[in-house]
Amino acid sequence: MVDKKKKKLGIKQRYSMLTRGLGWDTTYQPMDKVFPYDNYEGIHIHDWDGWEDPFRLTMDSYWKFQSEKEKKLYAVIDSFSQNNGHLGITDARYVNAIKLFLAGVSPLEYQASRGFTHVGRQFRGVGPRVACQMQAIDELRHVQTQIHAMSHYNKYFDGLHSGPYQHDRLWFLSVPKSFFDDARSAGPFEFLTSISFSFEYVLTNLLFVPFMSGAAFNGDMATVTFGFSAQSDEARHMTLGLEVIKFMLEQDERNIPIVQRWMDKWFWRGTRLLSLVGMMMDYMLPKRVMSWSEAWEIYFTEAGGALFEDLARYGIKPPKYADIATKEAEHVSHQAWHIFYNYTHAANFHTWTPEKEEMDWLSEKYPDTFDKYYRPRMEHLGKEAKEGRRFYNDTLPMLCQICQIPMGFTEMDDPTTISYRCSEYKGDKYHTCSDGCKDIFDYEPEKYVQAWLPVHQIYQGNCGGAGIEDVLKWYNLNLGVDNLDYENSPDQKLWNEWQAHRKKA
Amino acid sequence: MSVTSIGKYEFEPLDKVENFHGNQLTYINWEKHLMFCTPVCLPLPAAMPMAALIHDALPGVYSKHPEFEKIKWDEVIWTLDGEDFTPDMDASIGENGFGHKSLLRFWTPGLDGIEGSHA
Repeated sequence: MVDKKKKKLGIKQRYSMLTRGLGWDTTYQPMDKVFPYDNYEGIHIHDWDGWEDPFRLTMDSYWKFQSEKEKKLYAVIDSFSQNNGHLGITDARYVNAIKLFLAGVSPLEYQASRGFTHVGRQFRGVGPRVACQMQAIDELRHVQTQIHAMSHYNKYFDGLHSGPYQHDRLWFLSVPKSFFDDARSAGPFEFLTSISFSFEYVLTNLLFVPFMSGAAFNGDMATVTFGFSAQSDEARHMTLGLEVIKFMLEQDERNIPIVQRWMDKWFWRGTRLLSLVGMMMDYMLPKRVMSWSEAWEIYFTEAGGALFEDLARYGIKPPKYADIATKEAEHVSHQAWHIFYNYTHAANFHTWTPEKEEMDWLSEKYPDTFDKYYRPRMEHLGKEAKEGRRFYNDTLPMLCQICQIPMGFTEMDDPTTISYRCSEYKGDKYHTCSDGCKDIFDYEPEKYVQAWLPVHQIYQGNCGGAGIEDVLKWYNLNLGVDNLDYENSPDQKLWNEWQAHRKKA
Repeated sequence: MSVTSIGKYEFEPLDKVENFHGNQLTYINWEKHLMFCTPVCLPLPAAMPMAALIHDALPGVYSKHPEFEKIKWDEVIWTLDGEDFTPDMDASIGENGFGHKSLLRFWTPGLDGIEGSHA
């Protein structure tokens, strides 16, 4: 009996055997050759054992824990589907937030899985390697469970049929795609700073919380349950994000300026990406949770402020241009929605002009900006649409070379003037939308001259043909069904039929 | 700065002018008229007459705006790539100094957009 007890290891010991115990220094080949990627970025590591993983998760407990969560999640998804859960949502307009998520965010989970699989091989330290490998599996689970949770909507609503395919083609999806391409093509430490720290730690609450509370407020229990199921993973990912930063900062002071530059870069890229979430919160949820500017105040200004106060002891400053981003929180959601309103004939979801009560809500939440800058154009466009002249912008937009968002953002000291920046590199001009994006270009122009900008690719003839219809077919959009205004869409027609049927019953 | 990379890092830019089948990209924005959410991008031959750009191409881009037909073209203020600019209507856009990825901005004094909101 006594012997048997001795054989059983504690969690701490098992973790230690799994990580430190399974690693070794190679002798047939030099370590630098086996791990060629973990020192070219200029990050100096003296002691890989300085890596602390506060979760100390071992494989057996990981499988056990995840499979239990999975069982619960799939039970809810099944019952949502069997009980026609889609009938319980607030309004069919809500489903457009799901379309945006499935095409824009879920493929990023897969990109994350690929990225963590790669860096999970490339660190010579076993602690970070194991943490990255587990996160790679998490991310794969997330993309699968998201597709499963949302697939129910695909049976009834349009625009959900080709998420991963469209991720590589559809113009606005180059915004999230290029974000991850940039991160995955960087070195392993920059990848972790971009995804684990800036995205998962600093900004994730601005992505996940809005979508999941939006789902809860609008009766979408399948997505809420997915959110709960992913939450414990996210907590682990956030810890990894903070750990990698502290690890780099504590190992060598030469790492500090490199880490600071990465934080500046990825904070800015992250805020640009999140403008899509801002418009979702302010415009796409029939029942709103909070405004984008309120979310920014809570999750970035307050929570981020505390974090950067904590990091100040390492000599780290808050991200460059955080002040601009905070001013922009009063504008970006309106500007982003307006971009999609202009070009919704080329999107996989519908847009619309807000109804009067919705505009009043926006006026209340944005007292300094909405009525002055945005309400007049929306009222005008709403009136035009009612009279049968729904406005679509027929000319392709100018894009930012870095974030790839159409250049619809304005100067914060002059909010009705577009913000233009321009750099020259080897005789060509490169346009960016902000100082943040220009700095990123100017630091590594060789990387970004290769950007696959959808508008330029269309004009080069690489997207299915010269006509707009050829391009939309190449995007795999069902024309007149997936795209255009919500008003008169097949989604709206079906939803109204269901509601009429319910009233009768 | 040079890129942080594991080796030699030289790649062709994706948007070289040669890739656009005889055209060059021109970006255009009607300032203070944000109903059009962003500047637009058009592939145009350098030989295109300036007058054709203004009187044939621009209506296709902007005529849906209620103020477009009120524009007095001889009062318009122009900049090309950030510099003050007076278009020569009889010359081509190339001769007017348009290069690949040039940015043409124009202001229409007295026209302040929908309800004066610059939209």
